[in-house]
Amino acid sequence: MNQVAVDMREIRKSYNGTRALNDISVHIHQGELFGFIGPDGAGKSTLFHILTTLLLPDAGTALVGGFDTVREYGKIRRIVGYMPGRFSLYQDLTVEENLKFFAGIFKTTIAENYHLIKDIYGQIEPFKNRRAGQLSGGMKQKLALSCALVHKPEILFLDEPTTGVDAVSRKEFWEMLQRLKAQGITIIVSTPYMDEAALCDRVALMQKGDFMAINTPEVIVANFGYRLFAVKSALMYPLPAALEAMPDTKAVYRFGDAVHYLNTHEDKSAEDIIRHLQVHGHNEVTVNQVNPTIEDCFMLLMKKEETADANT
Amino acid sequence: MRTIRFILQKEFIQIFRDKSMIPIIFVIPVVQLLILSFTATFEIKNTRLIIWDQSRTIDSRSLISKFDRSPFFSLEAYVETYEQGIEWLKKGKADQLLILDPSFATDLQMGEKGKVMLVTDAINGSAASLMNAYAMSILTDYNKQLLVAKYPLAKTAEPVELRSSHWYNPELDYKTYMVPGILVLLVTIIGMFLSGMNIVKEKELGTIEQINVTPIKKYQFMIGKLLPFWIIALFELAIGLVVARLVFGIPILGSVPLLFGVASVYLLVILGFGLLISTLTDTMQQAMFISWFFMVIFILLSGLFTPVESMPQWAQQLNLINPIAYFIRINRMIMLKGSAFGDFANTFYALVLYATSILTLAVWRYRKVS
Repeated sequence: MNQVAVDMREIRKSYNGTRALNDISVHIHQGELFGFIGPDGAGKSTLFHILTTLLLPDAGTALVGGFDTVREYGKIRRIVGYMPGRFSLYQDLTVEENLKFFAGIFKTTIAENYHLIKDIYGQIEPFKNRRAGQLSGGMKQKLALSCALVHKPEILFLDEPTTGVDAVSRKEFWEMLQRLKAQGITIIVSTPYMDEAALCDRVALMQKGDFMAINTPEVIVANFGYRLFAVKSALMYPLPAALEAMPDTKAVYRFGDAVHYLNTHEDKSAEDIIRHLQVHGHNEVTVNQVNPTIEDCFMLLMKKEETADANT
Repeated sequence: MRTIRFILQKEFIQIFRDKSMIPIIFVIPVVQLLILSFTATFEIKNTRLIIWDQSRTIDSRSLISKFDRSPFFSLEAYVETYEQGIEWLKKGKADQLLILDPSFATDLQMGEKGKVMLVTDAINGSAASLMNAYAMSILTDYNKQLLVAKYPLAKTAEPVELRSSHWYNPELDYKTYMVPGILVLLVTIIGMFLSGMNIVKEKELGTIEQINVTPIKKYQFMIGKLLPFWIIALFELAIGLVVARLVFGIPILGSVPLLFGVASVYLLVILGFGLLISTLTDTMQQAMFISWFFMVIFILLSGLFTPVESMPQWAQQLNLINPIAYFIRINRMIMLKGSAFGDFANTFYALVLYATSILTLAVWRYRKVS
């Protein structure tokens, strides 16, 4: 179980002098559902391109399934399935023709690995004579996943599979991934949606080509280390500025319909915050201590990086 | 092999599913062949002639009637003054103005020289010299006729007699010359554009990303991309030859299998060229413009419209890298002269070398990794 699916060391990549990946390393175990979580521009797609042998790194080495991405790319291409962020199947071919084509070039057939894709392909099979270009977003995504799976890959790379997909389809998609994981396939997924992090076995939080944390979502949340308050008031707009003005403020950021607040002092209580805000003319203030989510961890880590950057 | 079969299958489905492909393959070449063959001609028929006849005699009229009967001239009008004649030329209503001197007839009768003046609109230089040449031959003819009439006993024949015979195209039919060349043009356009657009289309749509992460070999991918267009272009050539034979009555003296043999090598060059452009560009627009750039230069240099011999030395040397020039030369030789392989073996080997190098370059340039 603990064999390594991906062993990436000190990978660096720049585009025209801009660092996209900053000497980053990660180990992903076999059979793991691993997520790279980060906003657009964090370097997720670049990382995927390197791991799927589409891009050469400037420095560092990466082993995928034990093979070097630069020297043994041929072997990697046989054992990985890749679903690019952008829909990359032939829109003018039908659902079935696409799947047959990808099965064919991997020297297999749909029938041979039908058990693997049955769960997913079964849902779009009634439309197998429809052109891929005419499918809905959710159906396209299922077809793309089927095509990436049809050759029974050991490792599946999914680059932002749920971007632009509705909430119901997203949920369904993650359930499918859990079932695939149960079949022993290592799944590596990237997503900008923080809430999806909790569905992964382990995640790497990415920001500007760096990993800010690599761990299980539970440990990342447990390491948060601060009391987190969700603050609301009648005047939401000036609220963050008023909170910033409090002494020893660690972080203030909007979160859903509230503002999340952290203070470096452990003993700062909800009452202290309410008092401070009332002095600044806010009323109808509510302050609740809440449990941090991955997104809170992300915001806090980002804040730390920024201050670290500012200090260097 | 099986992989290539899957790629081919996919390409053919895509080609024929595209609704605009059927007319592109079947209609466009026929229309091109018909229009270009009828219009791309250097013969100038119906030169619009106007005449200022100041003589108005039987002699002047007999000269005019010679012009009138010629298929190369159409008599538009008689003008009354020189200025009026020039006005016609200026407005582009006439191409040539023929002026007969008032003393034309009397001069002839007196044994003097009859004076005739020819004014030509020479904006298009080569057309003007052709028109002049036609007019000159009518005048020469008229001169002879006069001499015979006046001095029936005199020896009118020149000491040296020239008789010319036109081989391979006895009637000097322009179409016979043009059609084999246009056939080449036709398969070239189809081959170069279809292949040139193809890989870059996959790049633009992003489908290549998925393909690149598969174990497909570069050469398999290239063969899969090349073969469909190769077949289509050869098919195209067959249609073209049928039209050339049936509509234009162009003789096909040489061996048809030989012609197809050469065409199949030539097409490898053109398709290789297209694929190379496709691998070097990122968008279909870029590929389109680069294809056009080479196409226009190759066509103009090829000797299709103007003889290569009249081009400057450097342009003739540029033809060393012009595949179209090679194939037009061979095609004309096979179709019109009935040449056998031995007659153009060297040109053919040059094509083979060309095909090998450009395909190697295209496969090498196609990168699965960036």
